[in-house]
Amino acid sequence: MFQNIGEILVLFWRTFLALPLCWRQRQKISNQLFEIGNVSLLMVCILSLFIAGVTALQTGPVLVEHGLGSVLGGMIGLSMCKEFAPVMMAILIAGRIGSAMAAEIGAMRVYQEIDALRTMNIDPVTYLVLPRMVAIALALPALVMFSIPVGWFGGALVSAFNQRIAINFDSFFHSLRDEVDPADIFNGLFKSFIFALAIGIVSCHQGLNTRGGPRAIGRSVTKAVVNSIVMILILDYFLTRFLLVIPK
Amino acid sequence: MSAAPSQLENVSVEVRGLHKSFGSLHVLKGLSFNVKPGEIFVIMGPSGSGKSVLLRHIIGLEKPDEGEILIQGEPVNESGLRDKYRIAMVFQSAALLTSLTVGENVGLYLAEHRLKSPSEIAAIVSQKLEAVGLKGVENRAPAELSGGMQKRVAIARALVMEPQLFLFDEPTAELDPPMAVTIDEEILELKNRTHATSIIVTHDRPMALSLADRVAMIIEGQILFIGTPDEVRRHPDSRIQKFINAKPPVSKPRNMS
Repeated sequence: MFQNIGEILVLFWRTFLALPLCWRQRQKISNQLFEIGNVSLLMVCILSLFIAGVTALQTGPVLVEHGLGSVLGGMIGLSMCKEFAPVMMAILIAGRIGSAMAAEIGAMRVYQEIDALRTMNIDPVTYLVLPRMVAIALALPALVMFSIPVGWFGGALVSAFNQRIAINFDSFFHSLRDEVDPADIFNGLFKSFIFALAIGIVSCHQGLNTRGGPRAIGRSVTKAVVNSIVMILILDYFLTRFLLVIPK
Repeated sequence: MSAAPSQLENVSVEVRGLHKSFGSLHVLKGLSFNVKPGEIFVIMGPSGSGKSVLLRHIIGLEKPDEGEILIQGEPVNESGLRDKYRIAMVFQSAALLTSLTVGENVGLYLAEHRLKSPSEIAAIVSQKLEAVGLKGVENRAPAELSGGMQKRVAIARALVMEPQLFLFDEPTAELDPPMAVTIDEEILELKNRTHATSIIVTHDRPMALSLADRVAMIIEGQILFIGTPDEVRRHPDSRIQKFINAKPPVSKPRNMS
């Protein structure tokens, strides 16, 4: 395990050092961005609507029963910004994009395409890892930015039309405006940026370390997704602790 | 990424006491030999004797357990060596990038190192593909080509590098005889034009004995013999003769019952 962590850190450092070559890789970065957005946007929309909707459904009636219906908008607003959007979108992207990264790079490794790159003196980190890392680090915060208002809308919809909650749009968004600061949105975006780096580096590392045949590719994909999700949840705790202590 | 080397010279290869094991399997058992600048050096031997592993060491894709490999007197894994010398390899499996078109594969080295403009790259790609008998396939995906055609694309991709050291892993496997001859001619032409040093791993006996300046026979991870094709033909060792003169048992054909 410690060897893996060391290898991941070395890969991350090498990718960081390759950052000045981003402009050269812009075509690949834009292809990756399109891939991530194209594959994920609809899922992000559905997931955000329903997560916020279910949260409203679970908490709304209890809050209303205790006369606290006026805080529902703020609660949904904050939970979407700071927790649900970054964490759920990161898990979604780990499943859809992290797995694809590990599979593609793993197949390239198994079928000697990465060896071929090295014989042409083309660094696989610059050619394969850098574009994916940059694309995911841009795309995940952008998807979270999209997910937050969609989630708010989902929460408002359920709050307005559920008979046991019955809080109208105006009251919901009034409460949300009172509670949610731009700093809370930034908080979520920062988290998602760190999650994106974790997903990208874990998935690329798994891909590059694939050995064997098609079965090994499958194993790499599974490991990439599982390790990414574990990393997301561990990082989430420490990032939350960190962001709670810094002043707004 | 590096620019092109400033000067092109023939390179020598020296392998000294090379050992490599994979787990308990001792694949290379102390190989030592020299390849002279501009020479065509053919490595022959039965399957599993360690020929491809040796080639991967020479290009720096594997690290030896013991021993060293020197390109023009410099260790192959030394940083900056690949910026100094152009070394190309044609893999047995072709190893084309499946996410790119054939043309993009062939022009990848020039494009990634920014050695030519896109229009110049396109012209060179067409020229090299034509040289290996593939015309008008630039926009096709590698998966749309047969195994033999993929191998020829891989050779074209290596030719684009104008290498000083050219490594071939079974370059004529999966090719029909006329195309195998074309590849032989291309290797000879490359030698005459650029004086590139070539190391070829092959089972193709006609190719080995007609092209090689010297032939090395590897059996069970050890070099049995190094000599000219004539010396190989005349060598008394029964293992070499068995390999060189192997023929199907015509008197006992299979599946005739």
